[in-house]
Amino acid sequence: MAFNIYDFSTTTKAVDEWLKATLSPTWAFVTELVIVGLVFLIVYAIVGLYLVYAERKVCAFIQNRVGPNRVGKWGLFQTIADLIKLLMKELVTIKRADKLLFNVAPFIVIIASFMAIAAIPFAKGLHAVDFNIGVFYMMAVSSIGVVGILIAGWSSNSKYSLIGAMRSGAQVVSYELSVGLALLSVVIFSGSMQLSTIIESQANGWWIFKGHLPAIVAFVIFLIASTAEINRGPFDLAEAESELTAGFHTEYSGIKFAFFFLSEFMNMFIVASLAATVFLGGWMPLHIGNLEAFNRVMDFIPPIFWYLGKTVFLIYVIMWFKWTFPRLRIDQLLTLEWKYLLPINLVNILLIAFLVLMGWYFK
Amino acid sequence: MQDILAAQEDGEYIINIGPQHPSTHGVLRFVVSLKGEMLEYVIPHCGYIHRGIEKMSESLTYPQIIHLTDRMDYLSAHMNNEAVSLAVEKALGVEVPERVKYIRTILSELQRLASHQLWWAAFGMDLGGLTCFFYGLRDREKILDIFEESFGSRLLHSFICPGGLMNDIHPNFQQRVKEFIKYFRKKLPEYDELLTGNVIFEQRTKDLGILSKEEAISYGLTGPSGRGSGFACDIRKRFPYSAYDKVEFKEILYNEGDTWARYKVRMDEMWESMKIIEQLIDNIPAGDFTAKMKPVIKLPEGEYSQRVETARGELGVYIVSTGEKVPYRIHFRTPNFSNLFVMNRLAAGFKIADLIAISGSLDLVIPDIDR
Amino acid sequence: MPMNSVVKYFSDIFKAIKSLWKGLMVTGYYFVHPRQIVTQQYPENRKNLQMFDRFKGEVILVHDENNQHKCNGCGICQLNCPNGSIEIITDSVPNEDGKSERIIDKHIYHLSMCTFCGLCVKSCPSNALAFGQEFEHAVFDRQKLTKVLNKPGSKIKKEPKEPKAPKPAETEVKSNPAN
Repeated sequence: MAFNIYDFSTTTKAVDEWLKATLSPTWAFVTELVIVGLVFLIVYAIVGLYLVYAERKVCAFIQNRVGPNRVGKWGLFQTIADLIKLLMKELVTIKRADKLLFNVAPFIVIIASFMAIAAIPFAKGLHAVDFNIGVFYMMAVSSIGVVGILIAGWSSNSKYSLIGAMRSGAQVVSYELSVGLALLSVVIFSGSMQLSTIIESQANGWWIFKGHLPAIVAFVIFLIASTAEINRGPFDLAEAESELTAGFHTEYSGIKFAFFFLSEFMNMFIVASLAATVFLGGWMPLHIGNLEAFNRVMDFIPPIFWYLGKTVFLIYVIMWFKWTFPRLRIDQLLTLEWKYLLPINLVNILLIAFLVLMGWYFK
Repeated sequence: MQDILAAQEDGEYIINIGPQHPSTHGVLRFVVSLKGEMLEYVIPHCGYIHRGIEKMSESLTYPQIIHLTDRMDYLSAHMNNEAVSLAVEKALGVEVPERVKYIRTILSELQRLASHQLWWAAFGMDLGGLTCFFYGLRDREKILDIFEESFGSRLLHSFICPGGLMNDIHPNFQQRVKEFIKYFRKKLPEYDELLTGNVIFEQRTKDLGILSKEEAISYGLTGPSGRGSGFACDIRKRFPYSAYDKVEFKEILYNEGDTWARYKVRMDEMWESMKIIEQLIDNIPAGDFTAKMKPVIKLPEGEYSQRVETARGELGVYIVSTGEKVPYRIHFRTPNFSNLFVMNRLAAGFKIADLIAISGSLDLVIPDIDR
Repeated sequence: MPMNSVVKYFSDIFKAIKSLWKGLMVTGYYFVHPRQIVTQQYPENRKNLQMFDRFKGEVILVHDENNQHKCNGCGICQLNCPNGSIEIITDSVPNEDGKSERIIDKHIYHLSMCTFCGLCVKSCPSNALAFGQEFEHAVFDRQKLTKVLNKPGSKIKKEPKEPKAPKPAETEVKSNPAN
């Protein structure tokens, strides 16, 4: 079977041809769906588990200690052990909690993040769903998660959970505005919402360099706003452990808690991928304009490693934020969004539109 | 109290913070009445860790009471021991050697440093900056190593006893303390960079829980919390004991009275403690480590008292003796008991997150409240 | 003037970003310097672990290489212990002069109740007690925490008697304190 690490479309095409040759068209289609679904499930689970491990290690090094190092070499099997433990825990049911909503909430959260991951371009040719409104789809789908959080807080029948869920709802809804506007800036630059087109348009340089100052401002705002979107870092008062003992998911145990926990880390992965795709070129290697020799050298590294490198770096930055800064209070959070991020964003968009009209950016 | 609870309006509900809670350092229960996010009132319920130290002391001889005072405010263990020892020595009219006074002062200041380091670590952690916890404790380990070498234990030493000290300090003590001071002078600015200068932290603590000077005096709020409101209550300056009259140090006062001021007082006190230790560590006079005491200590009839400055405020010891070898009654005026009841006045009208910040800035150690 | 508030707005933002950047640098420094890690790998380093000399691990009765200790059963440590963690059981045996003498039968020490205050060590007139360095006391059975400190078959270490100067018998009896 053809396997070209630089362009996965040869592999996918070969599999497609083989399936169409062996099975009838409908069955080939169904089999392809099943294969893609399985691959995504496995990737989701493994990446989620190892992100938890990475967070514990990063946090440990920042805090002058070692982190997990006993279960397996360097503690690599620690999260698998944690997962097995969570699966074996008793699922506590609460008296007078709304049973249907209580059980459905974790699933809504996981489904939202799963839908978002389907649209991410991992490498050239490794793009499951390529909508022509890719950016819009990602934003829409990640908003479904907040519904899950609100349902979880409400149906737990506990004052602490309710307070946490309400706070989180207000926070996510406000910061979605900033995320959308920051993404819009690159959409204006590249002229399309389709993720693969945005990546192709960065073939002569990443937008963070080509769009100079406004793109850098948009990038910083996107990072801050999306850390708030995923309830992480200095904006994590929905689950502030030292104040409300875990907020909206206090009453969950076992596999349902694992869903909330996993979806938080996968949301971090999605947000980092989106930032890497839109601002830093996705799987496109670093090219500088017309320097052929330099571009040829950069092309030597396969695109999938470029993508992974950028995403890992951004994930590290998001973790760095969490372990350095104290938490913001709810009113300070909302002040930050409505009085600082949103006006700057709007002015930025105006500026970018003006620049694009005048052509004052590196095309 | 019952009528407060009965007269709840709609939209106001009562939640319980504690006794098991990650932020109330110890077993303390706050009954908090909330309206949305705003606090109406806070009622603390203490007594979960009452062990009857004052009652137990009525059947213990004076050297035996020392190990119980360790366990009152365990982060200022040396100062608690010193309070009872000074009261007994005052009653007996015993003059301790100069060496003992110097060493007691150095130990108190080292203990104050360790206590403030732990306070900073816990305060940062409560506000969400979890790395502060590890940096504070990493530096505190060095002080605990010094203690372990000389006394054998890290937290509860029972080292200062009536008449002097239990043992002489280890020969390595002076050199280790000097090395530690050099190391910590470099690390303390890092604390400022990480937490104090941070804009998020400033916004969380400025103009929060303001207490004026008259109110601080009327509530009896002593220690760094009182000095943050401008109440000049440092016992080391007003009623000096041990070697405090021989050293030069400033009394830190801030006038704003908010959480930020109380935080800054403790950070500046850490610098002052290092200054005090530096002045004393090279000049410890040689001599005996204890005065000559009878094997059985009997205080003459009468009432005796002594006040010391612990890391949290003014600790007072009051002994009533009828000439026996056990006290008739011993009472401790603990700083945390008075500091606790300022909570309702400070926290009313703020949010839950602010409650945590305020109780962190008051630096409460619960076993001291309940004894 | 509106211009002032605009200037303040932007200067607030820049000051905020600068303070946040300084905090990031502190944690970033520790992330890239793994040699600053201070944790010890405890169960693996047990062979090389050296506690300080004065470490208060538990109370022991010092035995020398001939299995001799210095405790003569006076009970002063039992009197001084604040919470009754020491029980002394003595026995009477005839000594070499034919008189009956008190020796220590069992020196019982309740590790579960000891507060490590050090009063017994300090007040022992024969300096028989000391603090040992063993700190791993976790057991599954609470009975194991009640220890008998004098080892089986051990005897008291007799101080060698000084050569007798020619003295009348009464003075010798008077100057020999009750053992």
